[in-house]
Amino acid sequence: MTATDATLPEVTAPAALAKRPREVIYRHSFVTRVTHWINVLAISLLIMSGAQIFNAHPSLYWGQYGADADKPLLAMQAFHTTNGGLVGKTTIGSWTFDTTGVLGASGAPGHQEARGFPGWLTVPSWRDLALGRHWHFFFAWVLVINGLIYMLFGLFSGHFRRDIAPDRDQLGPRHILRNIWDHVRLKHPTGEEAKRYNVLQKLAYIAVIFLLVPAMVLTGLTMSPGVDSIAPFLLTLFGGRQSARTIHFICANLIVLFVLVHLVEVLLAGVVNEVRSMITGRYVVPAERHK
Amino acid sequence: MSGLIVSRRGLVAGAASLGGLILAGCDRLARAPSFDQILQSAQGLTYRSQRLLEAGGPLAREYAKSDISPVFKLNGTLVPTGDAYKAMADNRFADWKLVVDGMVARPLSLSLAQLGALPARTQITRHDCVEGWSAIGQWSGARLGPILQLAGLSGNARYIVFHCADNWGPGGDYYESIDLVDAFHPQTILAYALNGAPLEVGHGAPLRLRVERQLGYKQAKYVMRIEAVDKLNMIGSGKGGFWEDRGYEWYAGI
Repeated sequence: MTATDATLPEVTAPAALAKRPREVIYRHSFVTRVTHWINVLAISLLIMSGAQIFNAHPSLYWGQYGADADKPLLAMQAFHTTNGGLVGKTTIGSWTFDTTGVLGASGAPGHQEARGFPGWLTVPSWRDLALGRHWHFFFAWVLVINGLIYMLFGLFSGHFRRDIAPDRDQLGPRHILRNIWDHVRLKHPTGEEAKRYNVLQKLAYIAVIFLLVPAMVLTGLTMSPGVDSIAPFLLTLFGGRQSARTIHFICANLIVLFVLVHLVEVLLAGVVNEVRSMITGRYVVPAERHK
Repeated sequence: MSGLIVSRRGLVAGAASLGGLILAGCDRLARAPSFDQILQSAQGLTYRSQRLLEAGGPLAREYAKSDISPVFKLNGTLVPTGDAYKAMADNRFADWKLVVDGMVARPLSLSLAQLGALPARTQITRHDCVEGWSAIGQWSGARLGPILQLAGLSGNARYIVFHCADNWGPGGDYYESIDLVDAFHPQTILAYALNGAPLEVGHGAPLRLRVERQLGYKQAKYVMRIEAVDKLNMIGSGKGGFWEDRGYEWYAGI
């Protein structure tokens, strides 16, 4: 731990240390850190194997049924051009976009093939529904077991109440508006404020932990004919198996969006300090800005 | 400032090459049979969990007539190859007989008329393809359970195997298998009609299996023979079905 801290400039400059004592807090508990990194692995592979499974029928529908003859909400299709080439078209509702090279048709020049998502987004990179399903269901179990451990820990250790639930003062409209403005200016909290998550951050975590990931798991289970016989209310809840598949897809995209924003925030807030805090638990509180 | 740009470029390049390494790593793992074995261990967990929660044999959802798909998508074999099948189809399956054998006390040979006289069930259910699409249709057929009782299923039998008339090339005879829990499930039928009309060739005429709590590839079409066995390793490549031999899960409840 001290070895890692020594890489920080504050420690190597004793003069600065004397002027401005560096405050280190224990930010992330052991369970939070371990479940976080298992999630990184599981969610990455679930997204990629999910894209592989999607490619087997790259169309989405609403309702109980949906197949080739039914009108899709979204479709990624390939069309042959007159000169023997391939164009990829993505249709959302009544809009159609040319997405050649990425969605609908992709691959090395001259070897383009019809496929929903490109090979660099899927696991395995070649088209193999059977293998994609092996990966997907294995890591789905990992996600569910890991998530249950985290949920129980969060509930009983006070982590949710202490760290995730917004504090009373954070819920005032003025506080929230100021927090939004801080985000727009890419300004991160310092000093005392940096010791807790900011309110937008907390709301984002709440949305992912209590809404998006549970919705992913439940819509995933709704696609299982076996689970549908055990829990038919799932079909009612999501409006049918094809609706559940569409919601599964939308939630997966929202999770990808969350991860991208999360990564940008880590970069902006100080990648070394942030990543280290998720490995060792120790976090250097950014010094108060000069007023 | 230039230092910052270089480091940013470095960061992007680093992230891209790290991503490439991870993808190549995943592909290598995906090719390794030993790693696939680890991934497939989840299959047993899924099967046991679903069977545990299914205690009491809940039914797959049955839909209203208004929910039926306007077009029930045709998939898999559309017309079995070979003169034998063509001759049967030309004759409207008048000479066709379903063979029931294997670990049974009284092997059977049933015509379509005889099947039609056995305990039947009509159900409007959803067909879920492993690819992701679904179609709803009304199936009518003979319940599998009473047929197995009629044949005197041995107490040592553990699986029911369905041998089909369609062939996907050398070593590619279509077959499927289910356990006895599904075999005796009230919705498990040998369907001879879809949406009130005799089964079309594209949908598996004259007879197809409906095992409603599993995916489409379990719903074997063109069923010719039903065999009761105690293990699956002697049939096909030993995984219990045509698609199972090609990497798909034997238990297709998810």
